[in-house]
Amino acid sequence: MAVCIAVIAKENYPLYIQSITTENELKFHYTVHTSLDVVDEKISAMGKALVDQRELYLGLLYPTEDYKVYGYVTNSKVKFVMVADSSNTALRDNEIHSMFQKLHNSYIDVMCNPFYNPGDCIHSRAFDNMLTSMMMQVC
Amino acid sequence: MEQGPGGAAAGPGGAGLLLPLSDAEQQRYSELFSLCCSPAPEGGSAPAPAAGGSKVGDLFRASQLPADTLHQITELCGAKRVGYFGPAQFYVALKLIAAAQSGLPIRIESIKSELPLPRFMALKNDNEMRYGNAAEIHGVKFQIPHATLEKNSFKRADEGDKKQETKSPPVSPMCSPPASPSNYQRILLNYGYGKSRSGLEQQHGVPYEARHSTNLQDGPATGNYGSKSALVHSSLSRSLSVEREPQDSSNYPDDPWRITEEQREYYINQFKSLQPDLNSFISGSVAKNFFTKSKLPIPELSHIWELSDVDCDGALTLPEFCAAFHLIVARKNGYPLPDTLPETLLPDYLQPASLKPKRDCALLDSYSESLPVSQQTRDFNRTEVRKLPEDYSYIKEFTLVDHLAIHTYLWNFLVGYLFLSLPFVHLTVSLIVQESNTLKARPRSRSYSSTSIEDAMKKGEEPPTPPPRPQKAHSRASSLDLNKIFQQNTQAVKSGWLPPPPALPPRPFVSQTEQVSEIELQPQMNRAPSQTEGSSPTRKEILLTQPPSKPIRRKFRSENQMLENQELTPTSSMTSSLPAVKPHLPAQKQSSKQKRAIQTAIRKNKEANAVLARLNSELQQQLKEVHKERIALETQLEQLRPVTVL
Repeated sequence: MAVCIAVIAKENYPLYIQSITTENELKFHYTVHTSLDVVDEKISAMGKALVDQRELYLGLLYPTEDYKVYGYVTNSKVKFVMVADSSNTALRDNEIHSMFQKLHNSYIDVMCNPFYNPGDCIHSRAFDNMLTSMMMQVC
Repeated sequence: MEQGPGGAAAGPGGAGLLLPLSDAEQQRYSELFSLCCSPAPEGGSAPAPAAGGSKVGDLFRASQLPADTLHQITELCGAKRVGYFGPAQFYVALKLIAAAQSGLPIRIESIKSELPLPRFMALKNDNEMRYGNAAEIHGVKFQIPHATLEKNSFKRADEGDKKQETKSPPVSPMCSPPASPSNYQRILLNYGYGKSRSGLEQQHGVPYEARHSTNLQDGPATGNYGSKSALVHSSLSRSLSVEREPQDSSNYPDDPWRITEEQREYYINQFKSLQPDLNSFISGSVAKNFFTKSKLPIPELSHIWELSDVDCDGALTLPEFCAAFHLIVARKNGYPLPDTLPETLLPDYLQPASLKPKRDCALLDSYSESLPVSQQTRDFNRTEVRKLPEDYSYIKEFTLVDHLAIHTYLWNFLVGYLFLSLPFVHLTVSLIVQESNTLKARPRSRSYSSTSIEDAMKKGEEPPTPPPRPQKAHSRASSLDLNKIFQQNTQAVKSGWLPPPPALPPRPFVSQTEQVSEIELQPQMNRAPSQTEGSSPTRKEILLTQPPSKPIRRKFRSENQMLENQELTPTSSMTSSLPAVKPHLPAQKQSSKQKRAIQTAIRKNKEANAVLARLNSELQQQLKEVHKERIALETQLEQLRPVTVL
């Protein structure tokens, strides 16, 4: 169950963060922020290879006792970070994978909007709805 | 029961009169009958379920006839006699209502003739349903009373029961469903007719849902309510019965999310101004510029875009554009933006009541192809858009039905000049906002297989400019041509030499056609053989007939010189051919030559005009710059003057 989903820009500032719970939101923000280091590490590790070969889905970044953090990088170096609850062991890797893909699709839709300037915070309602549904559905 | 197209006998136990009913009437009556019928037939008569008395009463009252007329009708049709409204009585009653509404006296004889369908409760459309008239407009009108009543049936009848009636009669082979939308209403007619043909007893609301289902190919049982409701939305005239219970607010005539005919034409014209090809699309940047003129805040515009660009390809097809425009107008008029796109604004291929269900399937298939996303949606756009005109004509037919007063007053209720630019002027939208979830039903299936999605991602994850489109130059917002001209001309001016005008096709006597008058042409034509000598007198004449302004003349002359230099060689070749031409039938040839010369003169004059226009614009530009310099210098002077004075 995804408790927090974040979209991080190339310059490592957040474009969009949404948590499922309003309390402890700061904790999730902090988690996402610290996970960026891991993301960068993974990117640079694969970075020698060609971009095509680099896998978009980064997989489990690091687990803690409460939750797991998954990462995903797009071609334009926009990162998606998802914090999932550890208690839900039924979440398979490919489920997370598909969730990221959906996320990516929604992000592309946001980008296709000519009124959206890349680098702005994402205010799209459709995007919000999609993410909320994703977080809810997996619960 | 009779099988002939024109007839149907009154049901058993009825008044015993043979009631000629047209197909339309049959269908309508059967529908009304089922409407009034409760699922558990009253009176317990299995073969001939009776209409519930209260519902019948409501229906009759909806016909807006005076009460005593209704009483008369009830008596005449035999319901009073038999004590219930069987199908026969009901039909007779309906026919009598129709007669009464047409002004005929309430007699049995009056219903023997063909009559328009009975009107119920402010159905504005003229129910001049004649069976033979297969015109679509009639089909539309016919459908609309269906729709209105079926909306009633929504709330009243037990829909679940209606769906799969045990008594649903076998569909007659007559209702062969051709798929083209133009025959759609015809199909409905046939459909209903076929069903009702099989006997009044058995007929039990062959579910309206099925009848109105968009799945023409399917059997009667596959009506789906969702599609029907949307179909009703799209097909409904604005004149809706108040009797109808408030269901979706979109049914109401003052639905703000319905695009009227005038509005749609306006939008189409605006689309054309941005992109002349109606089947193509407007790119994101062009649309952004255009919609920004509306002075709505950017987040709202962003949201509107999100709503209207249903395939999320960063470009707007015509229906998407109309939807976006409509939303902007609505917003400008104060309506809050919906969270999802209202059904009526969906492009046709996505409306649940799409009249081409096959297309939906085809679209889904096309979606599930593993194409790169942008290409995929683009192709999808194209394939869909190609079918658009039919649907548009369809919608136009639907909306061609009479407008209610509401819309007329809305048109009068002008919102002034909303934006500085004309496009958004004086469009108004009516009152109620509708929520609908049809956008969620959009068949957005991007292929989730990893390889294709990576390709898609790579292509899609570009900086915000949409993927390059074949027509790059369809933006009309910036007058690119003028810009080019300015640049060209400014360069030329600086260099003191105009760039050569676009290549003029070599013509005889090009230099002469630079002039205005044709009269000069002919003597010059005669001078054609001696082109070299002709060039100097022509040049002089050109100089004489220069446009008034001096600097232009100089450049024009130089241009002419260039032209002449350019054209001398081709013209010399032409002139060599001319003497050959001349000996042949000189009289006729001369007149045709004159005509040709005149035409070439006209062409040349036009080109000269174009050149002059460009020159004019360029010089005006220079004038502006000079003005600016002058103003700058004057301010400098002002600044310096106090110093010097002191």
